[in-house]
Amino acid sequence: MAGSGEPSATRNAYGAALLELGRDHAEVVALDADLSVSTQSAKFGAEFPDRFFNVGAAEANMMSIACGLAATGKRPYCSTFAIFATGRAYDQVRLGIAHNELPVRIAASHGGVSLGEDGASHQMIEDIALMRAMPRMQVIVPADYNQAYRVTLDSYTDDAPQYLRFGRPATPVVYDEVPAEIGDGADVLREGSDVSLIACGHMVWRALEAADRLQSEDGVSAEVVNVCVIKPIDSQTVLDSIAKTGVAVTAEEHRIVGGLSDAVRQVAAERHPVPIFAVGMGDEFGVSGTGEACMEHFGLTARGIADRAREALLLKPIVSHPPLHRPDWI
Amino acid sequence: MPSTLDPESAPGIAELGLWATVLRTDCVRMLAVAKSGHLDSSLSAADIVAALFYRVLRHDPKDPSWADRDRFVLSKGHAAPILYAALARHGYFPLADLMGLRKIGEHLQGHPDMGRTPGVEVSTGSLGQGLSMSLGVALAMDLDGREDQRVYCLMSDGDCQEGQSWEAATAACHFADRGGRRLTAIVDYNHLQTDGTTEQVMDIGDMRGKFAAFGWDSVEIDGHDMAAIVDALEATRGADRPAAIVCQTRKGRGVASMEGRFGFHGKPPTPEQAVEALEELEAKLASQMAELQLTRRGEEH
Ligand SMILES: Cc1ncc(C[n+]2csc(CCOP(=O)(O)OP(=O)(O)O)c2C)c(N)n1
Ligand SMILES: [Mg+2]
Repeated sequence: MAGSGEPSATRNAYGAALLELGRDHAEVVALDADLSVSTQSAKFGAEFPDRFFNVGAAEANMMSIACGLAATGKRPYCSTFAIFATGRAYDQVRLGIAHNELPVRIAASHGGVSLGEDGASHQMIEDIALMRAMPRMQVIVPADYNQAYRVTLDSYTDDAPQYLRFGRPATPVVYDEVPAEIGDGADVLREGSDVSLIACGHMVWRALEAADRLQSEDGVSAEVVNVCVIKPIDSQTVLDSIAKTGVAVTAEEHRIVGGLSDAVRQVAAERHPVPIFAVGMGDEFGVSGTGEACMEHFGLTARGIADRAREALLLKPIVSHPPLHRPDWI
Repeated sequence: MPSTLDPESAPGIAELGLWATVLRTDCVRMLAVAKSGHLDSSLSAADIVAALFYRVLRHDPKDPSWADRDRFVLSKGHAAPILYAALARHGYFPLADLMGLRKIGEHLQGHPDMGRTPGVEVSTGSLGQGLSMSLGVALAMDLDGREDQRVYCLMSDGDCQEGQSWEAATAACHFADRGGRRLTAIVDYNHLQTDGTTEQVMDIGDMRGKFAAFGWDSVEIDGHDMAAIVDALEATRGADRPAAIVCQTRKGRGVASMEGRFGFHGKPPTPEQAVEALEELEAKLASQMAELQLTRRGEEH
């Protein structure tokens, strides 16, 4: 089913859109590593058993097989959990897929801590950093079901290797329907003038909620930017927003190292330095609990974002009048 | 509490079977409360884990870091509940902790975490790493000049599909004289995985033959035949090369509605399923108790 206003998991959109791709394009093939129901690739497998390869619990093998398929003209979609797609198979992805610049899509489901009960061993919080660092790899983190559907469909027309991050829980939609395009990868979802809330994935709807809170509780006007394509980042949209507001908070379900926050900070540091505070995982691993309890535990909430925005706003009057030259009394 | 340190008081086969049932009931209760986790994976391994913890392993619950202890590594880390049950029943932590499984702020994580739970030797949960970890432990035992000390690694079908397990299998033989001989790999070959039967998903074939081809001392047994399990485990002590025990098992063993059936992996029981499972296991326990008393009385006369 394309397009829905109901809360749904981004991995479900992947499964549905992959099926659509399979119907439209004979060279689309899918691979999975014994998690096809969780990742939703099973839908493709049921309709196209001859174009579906379940390799069992063998993620490294899956990535190198995908390399071979792509080198021979197929368009492979590889799905497993984010931890195994990046952590277990890093070298296989690096040499076989990224270095060769092959059109393989790594559909990594269960990103972040919101997968919940399985705990630290399964909660991947450094995948965006790993994949951002890898040359030639695009990194895409859709915000909701509808955007996930679009990025999956669009992935077919792009020749670059892509890392697509999906999530386990059903989350509210931020796009009422499947957007017509992804554009340059970042969307201003709500205009504001005091602070930019720059988020990706599951943190986007929370950023919108944080903006509501800031408006009603503090009278602060927050702009919300959804960065769906983290690499290559849409630097113009980011710069336009921070130039307008002068201060930003990034929010991601990921370590605050190497992910969205660093991508935004790099753009800002070179072209328009402003204070940028990060909401995300510190120097720590996840824990077991319900997905929502885990998000709460690590402050990955609307309240967490709003609190960081308040801190950032305190700095704004100080840094917005920097001494541009040495005061003459020195 | 049966002591695994004193051979005289080591529990017999019938008693071990009873403990396996106790551990199974613990798993059902834990998962019913947690509403999350891998029940059938835990039940599959209950007999093996009972044999290890109540008889074969040399360990001291009062001193979890006792240097001379054997080590148990749960490579199939998703079966954490069966390990937690065995640890709690031995007093590594209070039984009541079992009810905190997978809850925020509690120490029993979804997958074993050596930093949080006493008695967990090494953290696992990503398939395919346990045999290499166990080999490392075994090599360290040689470096420390330890006597007859062993590492028991419990693996699943999925573990055997991961390439790393076969890197470990190669290295364990290569390093047999430097510690590899201390390794016992136990395969919980239940022929079911997440997406279907192993035969459908990725057939791992003749596991006994594969380990043998890698140079291991390799046997195949019925993984629910307690006497066979104990015999096989005890036979590996003192071996001069690594040993594999391929256990033919049934996933969900002991709960008729799931035993050997696809469709329960990673699914907690509903309250109704849990009640039904507990009734079944409690009936089993009662008959095992009666049988045990009969044999004991027989021994007295
Ligand atoms: C490296 C890795 N890949 C995938 C998974 C996800 N996963 C958890 S259990 C499992 C397979 C379960 O089947 P099996 O290994 O046979 O275990 P058992 O039947 O004993 O539960 C998979 C694929 C994982 N934990 N680790
Ligand atoms: Mg199995």
